[in-house]
Amino acid sequence: MNAIIFSAVFGVLLMFSSFLFQNKSTQRNIAIVAIVLLLLANFAEQFGIWRIQVNNHGMLHFSSFGLLFNSIAIGITGLYFLLSGKDIEAIDSGSPADYYALIFFILCGVAVSSAYNSLLMLFIGIEIISIPLYILTGSDKRNLKSNEAALKYFLMGSFSTGIMLMGITLIYGAKATFNIDQITEMVHPGREAWFNAGLLLLLISLAFKVSAAPFHFWTPDVYDGAPTVFTSFMATIVKAAVFVAFIRLYATVFSASKYDWRLILSIIVAATLFIGNITAIFQQSVKRMLAYSSIAQAGFMLFALYAYNGISKEGLILYTFGYSVATVGIFAVLGRMKDYTFEGFNGLARTQPILAATTSIFLLSLAGIPLTIGFFSKYYMLAAAVKNGGHLWLVFFAILCAVVSVYYYFRVIQSMYFKTGDADTPFVTPLFKWTLVAMAAIVILLGLFPNLLLQYLYF
Amino acid sequence: MPINLYIFVSLALFAIGVIGVLTRRNVIIIFMCIELMLNAVNLLLVAFSKMHLAEMAAKLPGATNNGVDGQLFVFFIMVVAAAEVTVGLAIIVMMYRNVHSVDVNFLNRLKN
Repeated sequence: MNAIIFSAVFGVLLMFSSFLFQNKSTQRNIAIVAIVLLLLANFAEQFGIWRIQVNNHGMLHFSSFGLLFNSIAIGITGLYFLLSGKDIEAIDSGSPADYYALIFFILCGVAVSSAYNSLLMLFIGIEIISIPLYILTGSDKRNLKSNEAALKYFLMGSFSTGIMLMGITLIYGAKATFNIDQITEMVHPGREAWFNAGLLLLLISLAFKVSAAPFHFWTPDVYDGAPTVFTSFMATIVKAAVFVAFIRLYATVFSASKYDWRLILSIIVAATLFIGNITAIFQQSVKRMLAYSSIAQAGFMLFALYAYNGISKEGLILYTFGYSVATVGIFAVLGRMKDYTFEGFNGLARTQPILAATTSIFLLSLAGIPLTIGFFSKYYMLAAAVKNGGHLWLVFFAILCAVVSVYYYFRVIQSMYFKTGDADTPFVTPLFKWTLVAMAAIVILLGLFPNLLLQYLYF
Repeated sequence: MPINLYIFVSLALFAIGVIGVLTRRNVIIIFMCIELMLNAVNLLLVAFSKMHLAEMAAKLPGATNNGVDGQLFVFFIMVVAAAEVTVGLAIIVMMYRNVHSVDVNFLNRLKN
């Protein structure tokens, strides 16, 4: 409960701080202090030291999985503020405090959707995440691409919300309750068809939100059009949060149905991996390549649902962490470049050796090369699928797709190290550099010892 | 009235909404179709709520609160829909200022 309450309160405080403090860097410092306090509050709940007790009538359920994910999301947002604070200030409309406030509201939604125990709270959580995101996507008001991305995202997002609500309603019709625990207990043989139809609609709408194929078509346009700072947030923390909501739903509500959802899921996983990886190869812009790569990574994260067991839960935590850290880092470097094409990175290793080295580590992690966290997260996902048995072709297909992904990730590394050019990034502060180095160190450290993170799952 | 009629009406409304979103080109009309989808859901929720109340009352006389959570959900949907409308109309106005049109066919700058 701590994370939900504090993020909402800090969001409101930040909203008003733009009246009191006109200075942009003061606003950023307030945001960083607030995120540290939020992280401490969530730690206090996670380790059982102190928490605010609210009687929520069984609507929320705080598990160690959800709390650990909250810590990860809040921690990475903190790193994101340190890296991208300058880019948020560079957006010319509005004061940065407004954007920080919206990000805090999104974190509130993340905390709700990682802890929901009722379909009502799932809906509320996903909406609290989505609505501020529409605003962030369109925050560059005079840029037509940003406008277009915001409109597209808004239309697709509210369309999928409508589908999700229809699904929830049909489930309610079949089971007479929104509470997840009671849904699994309630049996009403005559209404199995409503229940399955509701689950199918829910699956479609959540596939929309996590941009799984065949509902991924909005993703490249929206990620490309949104300001790069906010694309970075959208592609990492938000996507991971929806996955956490999705896996909880899958483990409970979907298992109450007699129908075997694994066939539909395996088709979605295969299509997502294929489309994401193959289309990413043909992109000219690194930003668009990262958008397709985020679709491909979503395919891997879907493995956690497809093969739901203890390993896949650990894997999802590791995957969301590794993927978010690496992607936030790459986007932060990308946001400083003048030219977003692959050629724009030519010769970065000579002008900015530290940036090039850390970006390479992040890209290696995304590709799943050993000694980085990306390797272990992919390994856990596939190990979970192998352990459950059946559909082994999907595992081989995923490995094949991971090999394909090496091509487009290494293209960036090749541009940075083996091509001559004059890629330069203006205003790189020491803070920016050292945050990147620290993130790269985390990526390698957890790539050697993943249990440093996973031990917190069992409290 | 049997529940099937309610289900039929609200699924029909929902289908009209979905088809409208997929085929119409005017942003405002698409937006109205999304609202139509939400209202179809509201209608069905209230119908289910009454249905569950009647069923429970037949089993245990005196159970007057069953099914009330469906009606509560309707209020949440209304509030969230209102929040979405404020943001959505703002985005539409922002786009209209830049391109002087509310046609989604203008949305093709990101394709290439």
